[in-house]
Amino acid sequence: MSFTQRLRRTLRTPLGIVTMFAVFVLLVVAIIGPIFWQDTADRVDTTAIGRGGSAEHWFGTDALGRDIAARMIVATRLTLELTLGAVVIGGVGGFVLGTLPTVLGPRLARLVTALVNLLIAFPTLLFVLFLAIVFGVGTHGAVLAIGIGIVPTFARLIQNLAASVAGSDYVASARILGVGRFRLIVRHILPNIAEPVALFLFQAGAGILLAFSGLSFLGLGVQPPDYDWGRLLNEQLNRVYTHPESAVGPAVAIVLTGLAFNLVGEVLSQAGGRRGLRTAADRDHRATVPAPSDDPNGTAGDGTGPAPLLEVDRLRITFPGGHVAVRDVSLSVAPGEAVGIVGESGSGKSLTALAVAGLVPYPARVTARSITFDGVDPTAGARLGTSLSMVFQDPMASLNPALTIGRQLSEVAEVHLGHNRTQAMKRAVDRLRAVRIPDPEHRSGMRPSEFSGGMRQRTMIAMGLMGEPRLVIADEPTTALDVTVQAQVLALLRDVRTKSGAAVLMISHDIAVVSQVCERVMVMYAGRVVEELPTGDLVTGTAHPYTRALIGAVPDMTTDRGLPLVTIAGRPPGPGEDTPGCPFAPRCELATDRCHTDEPALERIDAARRVACWHPVITPPEARIETE
Amino acid sequence: MTTTPTSRFADTRPNPWVTFTLRRLGRLTVSLAVLITASFAMIHLVPGDPVRAALGVSASPELVEARKHALGLDRSLPDQFGSFVAGLLQGDLGESIGAGMPVAEIISDRLPSTMQIAAIAFVTTIVVAVPLGMAAGVFTRHGRRRRLELAFVGATSVVAVLPEFLLAVGLAAIFGAQLGWLPVALKDGPESYVLPVLALAIGPVAALSRIVRVETLRVLDEDYMRTARAKRLPTRILYVRHALPNLLTSSLTLGGLMLAGLLTGTVLVENVFAWPGLGMTMVQAIIQKDYPLVQGVVLVYGTLALLINFTVDIVLAIADPNSTIRES
Repeated sequence: MSFTQRLRRTLRTPLGIVTMFAVFVLLVVAIIGPIFWQDTADRVDTTAIGRGGSAEHWFGTDALGRDIAARMIVATRLTLELTLGAVVIGGVGGFVLGTLPTVLGPRLARLVTALVNLLIAFPTLLFVLFLAIVFGVGTHGAVLAIGIGIVPTFARLIQNLAASVAGSDYVASARILGVGRFRLIVRHILPNIAEPVALFLFQAGAGILLAFSGLSFLGLGVQPPDYDWGRLLNEQLNRVYTHPESAVGPAVAIVLTGLAFNLVGEVLSQAGGRRGLRTAADRDHRATVPAPSDDPNGTAGDGTGPAPLLEVDRLRITFPGGHVAVRDVSLSVAPGEAVGIVGESGSGKSLTALAVAGLVPYPARVTARSITFDGVDPTAGARLGTSLSMVFQDPMASLNPALTIGRQLSEVAEVHLGHNRTQAMKRAVDRLRAVRIPDPEHRSGMRPSEFSGGMRQRTMIAMGLMGEPRLVIADEPTTALDVTVQAQVLALLRDVRTKSGAAVLMISHDIAVVSQVCERVMVMYAGRVVEELPTGDLVTGTAHPYTRALIGAVPDMTTDRGLPLVTIAGRPPGPGEDTPGCPFAPRCELATDRCHTDEPALERIDAARRVACWHPVITPPEARIETE
Repeated sequence: MTTTPTSRFADTRPNPWVTFTLRRLGRLTVSLAVLITASFAMIHLVPGDPVRAALGVSASPELVEARKHALGLDRSLPDQFGSFVAGLLQGDLGESIGAGMPVAEIISDRLPSTMQIAAIAFVTTIVVAVPLGMAAGVFTRHGRRRRLELAFVGATSVVAVLPEFLLAVGLAAIFGAQLGWLPVALKDGPESYVLPVLALAIGPVAALSRIVRVETLRVLDEDYMRTARAKRLPTRILYVRHALPNLLTSSLTLGGLMLAGLLTGTVLVENVFAWPGLGMTMVQAIIQKDYPLVQGVVLVYGTLALLINFTVDIVLAIADPNSTIRES
């Protein structure tokens, strides 16, 4: 959509209509005001000196009995003319000073930039007052002073805009083609910065109008017998206590006109797409969530093991617009057990983990038949930070840059364990030592920016150990780390498990990483669990084609490095691409017609394994190679 | 950037703090030099004869010549500039034509009143705008309370475009004239500070609280806030300890940039409330064409603005060394 089209559309919005109306009224008053009301405005009436507002004189009369309302109307033209004059002076001056660095050689360019920087260091009002004195108090002096007063700001804007455009490819190619500097500005740079420049000039117009009124108000601008709104305000100010309406009239005129200038700027910026109109989708954040379907096959836990520590029954996470990111996922974790969730980006694995902690980000909606942790619903947050702890990925972003490491750890003990500051800090240092941070007493006083990536990730784990966790949910804990550090962190997680007896729910896209820590793996695809199996079966006992493909994609020591790495052809369905049938069918070698029409349910194939596939590869237990 | 003990000793590059401070000092010195030259030049640039203008058309030529001689205006320009700078170094700003008093004396008499309202207004701005913007951000997060958001954004954008002198007139009309709650002129007791300070602070409060709200929304979406929530911290700690420091740097940067503007805003506000400060002195001096006095006041205002910006730069560099020092 072109700028003109967008402008037309913006002008039809309520904002556009109000703006056009305001501009129209201003122009009409400015043009016809002096024609019709000049006589009334100048008529001296000694019988009606300093009257208050009445039906005859809306805003009263001044010290010579002249009607203030008529004087306001007549002053509109001068006020707008002066504003326009200063905008032109400032615009031309700023444009010249702003584009000079592009035209001049580097040394002169630096000089001009330095001059602009120097002038910008002074507050505009002071600069304007100085200029007003130098040019002489009066109308012409004020126009010049205010016009030149905005030159530094405007020049800086032009400089920045021109610099950003000048760095672009099309200007570079024009330069290579030998386009002259002046032509470069006029033909290549100017058209590309015209929009923000126009916007700035209108906003500056509002500022200039107010500055003029300010100067006239101080008695330094328009001098009698001329008058603009600021001068009228100045004359009526001392009557604000007796007849406030006399002073309020000009003040309101100034404010409304200033707002009108800003409205024009707003319309231009909306038409320019800088602050786009709110889309309908944005408002639709309360999309209705379908209740979880009654799927009898989705039951988790089989009642054979010990009572589960965490049990999630048919978790569903929906986004506005109806995209179901997690579809009826059920899982259970026994005390002390380590369970991994594996899947590609967008499979819903991280959302599943966040849902357990009640930390799913806006605007997703979470529903589930039940989520129980240690007998209570953890999503209300009752166990978070103590017996349920989270270890997040990307520890650079997940640690607070403004707080010391020690503070971020110790606050857990202060809030949840009732420790005092000293005790809590002692515990923090102790936990940092447990995750092998060297010199923890000293380093606990540092901020995250002073830590390496591996140290930050270990700090996240230490933070998870500040309470006495029974379950640690680790969301991609090794993703941002190099291989050596990754191995250290995994060893640490295993160590944590053995020492604290906590269960671990580990989320990763890397099946190799998960298999190093977990006993059981759940494979997720397109928001569903497609297979669940013991880690030991990963090499030879996988039933789902997707899991097999994932394993096939992991290189090991025997992989022929001469061949390209194995990948899974195709890509997972994107948000909103819900098709009937098995979501993996389009990428699956074994897919049949049924796979494209009916969705397979997650079915139990033996005590430890479940799979959602119409054509699972069932390997009898005796044929599997025991890897443990 | 991690500094290990070995690299600390091996590093022979100049300390970035030293380079940074020296650069800023250099910039400050150049700006001051320009300011001094400009205020010296002012008296020679004004149209017409400044002394004649100050004394009026009826003054005899002998009187004008005598006053010119007294002010040193009959000497050569380099000579005048030399003694002007030499006088500055001794705190001598010349003599007011109108009052016949040393300019330095008038300024030191008026300056404290201006500094008082500017400082109180600045503190008020920070103390009000930061919690206000944070609360607006927290309450309108995720598109909740659309109407509150609209009211906040609408009200702050209207107030932010109101210039100080109109606010001052409005406040005087409402609280002084209509309600009669507060004095509207002259400095007299604590209640006389209320309206000038409000007139100075309301605009900056509106502008700053909008920025704080946007910053709050940004910070609340950061991963470390999720981490803090995962620790089940009390709401107060969540916002005050974890969110506030992260939005304070950018908010204070803008607050600091407003400070110099707030100082010059006193020129207009003082004239509405007849506040006996530098701003009122300046405007009166301009109208009476008392150029030595104008010169002195411009010099003082300009120097204060430059010093404020310098201090803000240094304070921000200490608060957020990574971004500020690297940028320079």
